[in-house]
Amino acid sequence: MLYLKLAWRNIWRNRKRTWITASSIGFAVFFAVFMQSMQLGSYQRMIDNSVRFYTGHLAIHQAAYWEEKLLDNGFEQSKVESLILDSETIDVAVPRLTSFALASYKDKTKGALINGVDPILEARLTYLDNKLTAGSYMSGNGVLVAKGLAEYLKISVGDTLIFVSQGYHGVNAAGKYPVEGILKFPVPELNQSAVYLPLPLAQEFFGAEGIITSYSLLMNEPDEITEVQSSLAGFAKENDLEVMNWEEMMPELLQGIEMDYYGGLIMIYILYAVIGFGILGTFLMMTKERTYEFGILVSIGMKKLKIQFMVALEILMLTFFGVLLGLVASFPLTFYFFNNPIEFTGDAAKAYENFGYEAIIPFSLDPVIFYSQGVVILIISLFLGIYPMLAIQHLKIIKALKE
Amino acid sequence: MNVIEATQLVKTYNPDTIPVHAVNNVSLDIKKGEFTAIVGPSGSGKTTLLNMIGGLDTPTEGKVIVDGVEIDNLNQSELTDFRMHNIGFVFQSYNLIPVMTARENIEFIMLLQKIDKNARESRSEELMEKMGISETSKRRPSELSGGQQQRVAVARALASKPKFILADEPTANLDSQSTNSLLDIMAKMNEEENVTFVFSTHDQRVIDKAKRVITIVDGKVESDETK
Ligand SMILES: Nc1ncnc2c1ncn2[C@@H]1O[C@H](COP(=O)(O)OP(=O)(O)O)[C@@H](O)[C@H]1O
Ligand SMILES: [Mg+2]
Repeated sequence: MLYLKLAWRNIWRNRKRTWITASSIGFAVFFAVFMQSMQLGSYQRMIDNSVRFYTGHLAIHQAAYWEEKLLDNGFEQSKVESLILDSETIDVAVPRLTSFALASYKDKTKGALINGVDPILEARLTYLDNKLTAGSYMSGNGVLVAKGLAEYLKISVGDTLIFVSQGYHGVNAAGKYPVEGILKFPVPELNQSAVYLPLPLAQEFFGAEGIITSYSLLMNEPDEITEVQSSLAGFAKENDLEVMNWEEMMPELLQGIEMDYYGGLIMIYILYAVIGFGILGTFLMMTKERTYEFGILVSIGMKKLKIQFMVALEILMLTFFGVLLGLVASFPLTFYFFNNPIEFTGDAAKAYENFGYEAIIPFSLDPVIFYSQGVVILIISLFLGIYPMLAIQHLKIIKALKE
Repeated sequence: MNVIEATQLVKTYNPDTIPVHAVNNVSLDIKKGEFTAIVGPSGSGKTTLLNMIGGLDTPTEGKVIVDGVEIDNLNQSELTDFRMHNIGFVFQSYNLIPVMTARENIEFIMLLQKIDKNARESRSEELMEKMGISETSKRRPSELSGGQQQRVAVARALASKPKFILADEPTANLDSQSTNSLLDIMAKMNEEENVTFVFSTHDQRVIDKAKRVITIVDGKVESDETK
């Protein structure tokens, strides 16, 4: 109690310095929190957008499929269906049969990526129905054609498209299907080649009864991915299947996020280093200007350890005060932006939307953002606090009394 | 009974270059209840001598025995404790902890000694009364005059009931009126409570009030007179 009281009064001996030091700590915390909240928030959104684009959080394939995306590397849907549908952590499970075919209309022919899907489930994962620009969504007999492909083939809703391909285990596959709708994809690759049709129709076309090439899973909570992945691993292995997460399927996305994150981290650390010098300056002054006083205290019988304890408390109080200022300033702001994400307008918005991303910067309120700043600042302070501790340890009474 | 026995004390600064014998072979006994002035011109070695007697500085040669304990044998932490329990200090100026009130300053050593609250309060009240500083009890040192500050410092030194009080030029920064009243209070405590005082000075008015005057010149005892 004595030490707390002393420490508290001591930090307010020089109000101005205490405010300046605490504010600079507060500013660093504020900046770091704001930036990380924005970063983590947009990564989360980016991941969410990306997995919804196609892969899902997890995908189950036949073991060889990821290396060689062939129809023959498909597997029986019934193998895994019961297992997946029972899981409570999985929000939606989307089966697909994907392979290539030649698509022809009149005198035009082009390679097409055929996706046999469950219209309802697919819409729940990728919002495929929202990409419709003409015609209607899959009713059961027809196909949806990507806009670029449709333009190349000069085909429109109501026309009949002919597919030719090699089917499952080498059978010949051929069929003709009415075009029910046109889809617009933001990514050129898909826009030039994608065709969607109901799964049973695709299985019939490829002669692959009951076969799919992938099962894409979306979790209720992203942090359940690892858990589900490992819980499925054993079963997958037994059945010659493979469970991949989005990081494995889209390594470049993860890389991009990591680079951005570490870039931000470097900025924050530079800021912390600058602030650190300020803190060190304050600590130096706090010790230097009180050398005589410490000399008196040791003379009259206060042990150095107790003086160190008192000064350590001062350092902690000052640091906590600064961190608190930063958190108090940053929380309402991040909270506001969490609820009201920054929205882009105009060209920037278009650019985002073209890549399938929502044109907003969302913020994260992940508690780790807040307390990690506190912890980092505390570690910096404790580290810098070594100096005053040593200075007190090495204090020479006679010299101190001559100050 | 001797509270302090200093035997052949020597303090040599810069022994390797140009040696300064700040204290040069001083032997000295102080008995309980003495009111002794160490007198000498500036630079004669008063502070150095008091610092060695008080266990703040270690002699180059010789030894100091306080209340039967040879203090040079104590380690740093034991010595700090020893000072807390046995020796009261009053310095020239800025004795007090700036962030504490007069009363808290007086009670500080008692707090370190873990004396309970009631005992602390009654002791500090008693001392403030005797020193005529009761009205300053809630004020911080910066709100006190130099004379009041020194009286608080003496009260703090007395509070822990030490074996003796060392005061290094306690009146050096005081006007003559404050000097008189501080000396009167010290003398009164010496009379009434038999507190042992050893103080240094080069002020004749202060010297006049001492019962024993030890004169030091160039680190040596030149005379030692008891009135
Ligand atoms: N740390 C030191 N280094 C060298 N010389 C010192 C030191 N401290 C004191 N002295 C010298 O020792 C002598 C005695 O000093 P001091 O005890 O302070 O005298 P006084 O208190 O009587 O004025 C002086 O000549 C002073 O210059
Ligand atoms: Mg002196």
